[in-house]
Amino acid sequence: MSASSSEDRTPSRNADVCVVGAGPAGALVAAKLSAAGHDVVVLDAGPRFDPGEHEQRMETHLRPGKTEPLWGMGGERDDYSTSGEQPYPLNAARVKGIGGSTLHWQGMVMRMHEQDFRLDSELGVADDWPISYDDLRPYYAAAEEAFSVAGASDNPFAPPREQPHPLPVFPPSYSDSLFAEACEEVGITTHSVPNARNSEPTDDASACVGYGTCKPVCPSGAKYDATRHIDAAEANGARVLDQAPVQRLEHDADGETVTAAVYVTPDGTDHRQTADEFVLATGGVETPRLLLLSASEQYPDGLANSSGAVGRYFMDHLFAGVGGRLDEPTRQKHIGFNTTESHQFYDREDDSRSAIKLEFLNYAGPAPVDIALGAEEFGDALLSRIREEYGTHIAMGALVEQYPHPENCIRLDPERTDDHGNPIPDVVWSLDDRTKRTIRRANEIQRSVLESLGADIDWVVGPDNTGPTYHHMGTTRMGTDPSASVVSPDCRTHDLSNLSIAGSSTFVTGGAMNPTLTLAALSLKAADAVASRL
Amino acid sequence: MELTRRDALTALSAAVGGGLAGCSAPSVDSGTEPAELDGHGVDTLAALAAVLYPNEAENVRGFVKEYASERVRRSPDHGSGVVDAIRVLDDYTETIYGERFADLSLAQRREALQEMPIATADPVPDGTDQQRVRYYLVNDLLYAFYATPTGAELAGLENPPGYPGGTTSYQRGPR
Repeated sequence: MSASSSEDRTPSRNADVCVVGAGPAGALVAAKLSAAGHDVVVLDAGPRFDPGEHEQRMETHLRPGKTEPLWGMGGERDDYSTSGEQPYPLNAARVKGIGGSTLHWQGMVMRMHEQDFRLDSELGVADDWPISYDDLRPYYAAAEEAFSVAGASDNPFAPPREQPHPLPVFPPSYSDSLFAEACEEVGITTHSVPNARNSEPTDDASACVGYGTCKPVCPSGAKYDATRHIDAAEANGARVLDQAPVQRLEHDADGETVTAAVYVTPDGTDHRQTADEFVLATGGVETPRLLLLSASEQYPDGLANSSGAVGRYFMDHLFAGVGGRLDEPTRQKHIGFNTTESHQFYDREDDSRSAIKLEFLNYAGPAPVDIALGAEEFGDALLSRIREEYGTHIAMGALVEQYPHPENCIRLDPERTDDHGNPIPDVVWSLDDRTKRTIRRANEIQRSVLESLGADIDWVVGPDNTGPTYHHMGTTRMGTDPSASVVSPDCRTHDLSNLSIAGSSTFVTGGAMNPTLTLAALSLKAADAVASRL
Repeated sequence: MELTRRDALTALSAAVGGGLAGCSAPSVDSGTEPAELDGHGVDTLAALAAVLYPNEAENVRGFVKEYASERVRRSPDHGSGVVDAIRVLDDYTETIYGERFADLSLAQRREALQEMPIATADPVPDGTDQQRVRYYLVNDLLYAFYATPTGAELAGLENPPGYPGGTTSYQRGPR
């Protein structure tokens, strides 16, 4: 980490906009508004990470032994509880700091489908969004441009698009070709994956050089992370303060506008950042938490929470997977991202199941170094073992949708506090029968493909051992009814006229697509709305 | 297979990062004086690598000298751990065999790793003697070999995780 505690972290005077959170949502908003000439200040709880240390992080990731978290997550600052039926390992994949969780993510960026926005009217399940795919379509294109997405228009299930992706697609892998044949036999159509990863050099970054450790760290910088837009914002004159965790938001006497974000600096000093507009962009857990922590006499249940929906309707995607081995080489572990998917089972025919997004993995089984570093035999015996264990694994994954339920929520733990004495978040999470049924269906499809390949199946992740994919959504949902939702279609809170929320917490339903492209599109849309008020 | 200087530089790149050409100053760790691997240190690591690497690997000493000397110099904190672990290993073999590790026969060195025991120890940088030897010596040398094409290719992987081998090999079928 390069940040020092002596940096100037005093508030900006006369800021037009205060953005809380320097992940992808906050970075895009800050870059767009600062490019338009507005005075922007960004506050983030975590540090600035030095890209020069990413290779060291990679070694720490690849080598067992060091126990410190790769991105510093954990300890009192990031403490949480999990009290639902399904345990939730909150810190496994989120990052606090400049760049946010895009420092850790894999970088899959696909648009949600038209059906995702109208589940109630089409199927009588969950809720419709107050916006359509068409409303978001130009912002999807802008988000793809922002992420330099490498993709192709070969997906017959994808929603309509207006232009090619900014960069050429990554070609399919060798194992994709094995899958393609098997999928054809069982009637499944496959297609490419849009990746937020440079397939060619751009002004921002080099092309991918194949380190293969995309998640949790890309040493080359070819994978998009939000530091690119933080850099852009700073070049436009924005101030970005790291290690400045916001403790609460304050509002005016009428309770109609936010007046200040109160944050703490490493020396323990409290500061008040005032601004004309505030944008909360701290993810699906910390955003509702901060609103709940900002309760006041006027808003006793939390700021912007007259609907009671803040923190509720927490959703994630569930992982479903099947893996095994073939009696031939499968050429895994050359790269750390996927090049083939199938969205054939994405749109729902009726209310019996939710969405499934099928993935064909390029990184099944252990790499030689994984085997070697835990080996109990050496020399020729070790090489023999590596040859036996590496090279013939094959696996499919899937993201499975869960519909929103108010009882799945982020709430404040009544007993435990963080390093600043604030109640920690409590994640209450469970899976309903429809979700479990959909996971089972995903497993059936995956099994049929692997059996067609002739694989010996040796693991299944199904409804009983599934886990989250760390896509936190739904906890400040969008809607037109202020009594049932937190933000309006332009992501402004119903209750406070100068407070917007950027991020996946505004999702009404989560679909089964990785959410970052959609949250980026919504953030760009929110930025337009903020700009129109300045 | 002949281990070359290029293999060693590739391993170094995986361990301490790229941009090694012309480098002179320690750049990875901070606040620690550069450590140095003396001739005995190189001998010890080469003797250990001869146990860890497969028989078909040739010029092991040259590879280890090139890799480990620079690794220790460029990462002083890590280098101190390496130097300390060599002392631990020698203390053990001097007690049991009356000789330092590098002076043992290949069979004795294999036996020592099993008996100490290193083979079953978890790699822990601030752990017990065995755990530190596993982390700083055994796993360092295995990482240099198998996190690069040098060793991974023997198992059919030209571009292993940790190595920036480009984006064409994943598309190719088996040779």
